[in-house]
Amino acid sequence: MGELKLMKGNEAIAEAAIHCGCDGYFGYPITPQSEIMETLMVEKPWETTGMVVLQAESEVASINMLYGGAACGKKVMTSSSSPGISLMLEGISYLAGAELPCLLVNVVRGGPGLGTIQPSQADYYQTTKGGGHGDYQLIALAPASVQEMYDFVDLGFELAFKYRNPAIILSDGVIGQMMEKVIVSDVKPRWTDAEIQKISGSWATTGKTKDRARHIATSLDLEAEKQEIHNHKLQAKYREIENKEVRFEEFQTKDAEYLLVAYGSSARICQKAVEICRSKGIKAGLLRPITVWPYPTKRVAELAHQVKGMLSVEMSAGQMVTDVRLAVSGKVPVSHFGRYGGVIPSPGEVVVALEKFINGGN
Amino acid sequence: MSEIQIQDIIKKENFVYGKTKILTDNVMHYCPGCSHGVTHKLVAEVIEELDIQEKTIGVSPVGCSVLAYNYIDIDWQQAAHGRAPALATATKRLMPDHYVFTYQGDGDLASIGAAEILHACNRGENITVIFVNNAIYGMTGGQMAPTTLIGMPTATSPYGRQAALHGYPLKITELIAQLPGVAYVTRQSVHTPAAVRKAKKAIKKGFENQARKIGTSFIEIVSTCSSGWKISPVESNRWMEEHMFKFYPLGDLKDAEKDNEEDYRKFIE
Ligand SMILES: Cc1ncc(C[n+]2csc(CCOP(=O)(O)OP(=O)(O)O)c2C)c(N)n1
Ligand code: SF4
Ligand SMILES: [Mg+2]
Repeated sequence: MGELKLMKGNEAIAEAAIHCGCDGYFGYPITPQSEIMETLMVEKPWETTGMVVLQAESEVASINMLYGGAACGKKVMTSSSSPGISLMLEGISYLAGAELPCLLVNVVRGGPGLGTIQPSQADYYQTTKGGGHGDYQLIALAPASVQEMYDFVDLGFELAFKYRNPAIILSDGVIGQMMEKVIVSDVKPRWTDAEIQKISGSWATTGKTKDRARHIATSLDLEAEKQEIHNHKLQAKYREIENKEVRFEEFQTKDAEYLLVAYGSSARICQKAVEICRSKGIKAGLLRPITVWPYPTKRVAELAHQVKGMLSVEMSAGQMVTDVRLAVSGKVPVSHFGRYGGVIPSPGEVVVALEKFINGGN
Repeated sequence: MSEIQIQDIIKKENFVYGKTKILTDNVMHYCPGCSHGVTHKLVAEVIEELDIQEKTIGVSPVGCSVLAYNYIDIDWQQAAHGRAPALATATKRLMPDHYVFTYQGDGDLASIGAAEILHACNRGENITVIFVNNAIYGMTGGQMAPTTLIGMPTATSPYGRQAALHGYPLKITELIAQLPGVAYVTRQSVHTPAAVRKAKKAIKKGFENQARKIGTSFIEIVSTCSSGWKISPVESNRWMEEHMFKFYPLGDLKDAEKDNEEDYRKFIE
């Protein structure tokens, strides 16, 4: 069993990368996530596991470095915060189109524009509804603790390779910067060349040997019919992920009359809000999506038969609330409460918002 | 006396020229007279001669050569417009014993991808860059490139490129030759048999340098694009000799082997 360590969310990402056998990290500094690359540079994993760490000239370069590394069947990752992820979107679309597994981390800050370096959850649409061009999806994990920051690196790689699709950890400045205890797992060695051949040998660009046709990592097909067939294949994969990989957590939902829906650091705040509500006699519960894509649509729909209303709590002007509304499909009232632009709501504010919602306001 | 049969002539000792097996039999989509076809052939021949097919990864650009992977029988990565050097950087660092090259047009390399090529070269990535400079955006229908000459008409400089309106043509190869990470910078062309032979030698050296791990090798091929230039292939060659070579003179710009690069690096450190 692994040892217990105290660390920041961002440091947990870096430690987890080394521990889970990541082959390469490529990134560009941006607050509030710079500690990820800083930690890696201090740790010097190239001297221990052989992991490559490179500060790229821009986020555009880092995401395209990921494309090259992922095409070789290597476990590669990058991290950034909102403006940097915006710059990466063309590359992310290419990675999804070429079905290249890799891991992205977005430690979200307030926007739009240069915005603020304070925490936010306003990149939900960008993460779950595309962001880049074309019909693609990212497998999106939303950690609510430093332990989950750590655990989701390994899980993200696992899912990325299972489905040959980019995965993303959708975090925010709160979780990136806060310190918590983390149970550190045993170090997994990096994949050997033979293991890479076993796992990704049917497609990876590792050098064309005499016994196989050349491998091409591409998202291009100039013939519309062929591109449509490729899209069908992608869509079938996305449906499979929706069927198999939905993850969520519930808190006090058994007898809940009102449901808070929140992910990431908002879920931590809402957990406290539920406790306050319960002490006041309001039967509140919390549903926390762990995967924001695939979304726990079915569970939200089920709970719509039980509760009298749902309040989506996000550090945004209301993005995830659209997914809640789609799932609820008009059965019960759904509303949104959020602070944004870098402001973090207090549990008390959430309670007031819920009380207002219950009393017919919104 | 019996007639000479064709089989009697096709003997190994009689061969003066053959198509390398590294080139596939796919029909190339390039226009007649286009420099891309010859340049592909040279890259393929070098890969065969060095016997590195199993260890070579090509990175194709966005541009007319986006489909290079249909013609050269190796593993390929197709990059977003301008980003080939970023892909090559990671690929080479993660598989340092492989031979990695980018193949890029002038719009791809000198405009949208200027940052990626400069930084990859400045880091001294152990890769080979094949830079096909035809002074125009061939693929998208003949728009102005950063390398378009002053006075040269294109779809987006219909009255000829003017410095005041469009800026000056960019000698990116000269810029790259300044970078300490770069081992070998040369400018070649493929418009005559003699030029083809020299270009091939340069490409070969560019690949051989990867085994020496001495930094980036950068090979510009000054090229024609008769479709974009809207003149015949023969006219294009003439025009290139007269105008392109004046602004983009052929020859080596830097050769670490000859230029005592070690001393230079010590000096800048
Ligand atoms: C991000 C992006 N912007 C623009 C384009 C459109 N585009 C495709 S090829 C090209 C120019 C290619 O010119 P060059 O690199 O000189 O190659 P050539 O076709 O001349 O060989 C452009 C602008 C694109 N595919 N992607
Ligand atoms: S448009 Fe120009 S660069 Fe493209 S294939 Fe034709 S001649 Fe070659
Ligand atoms: Mg061009």
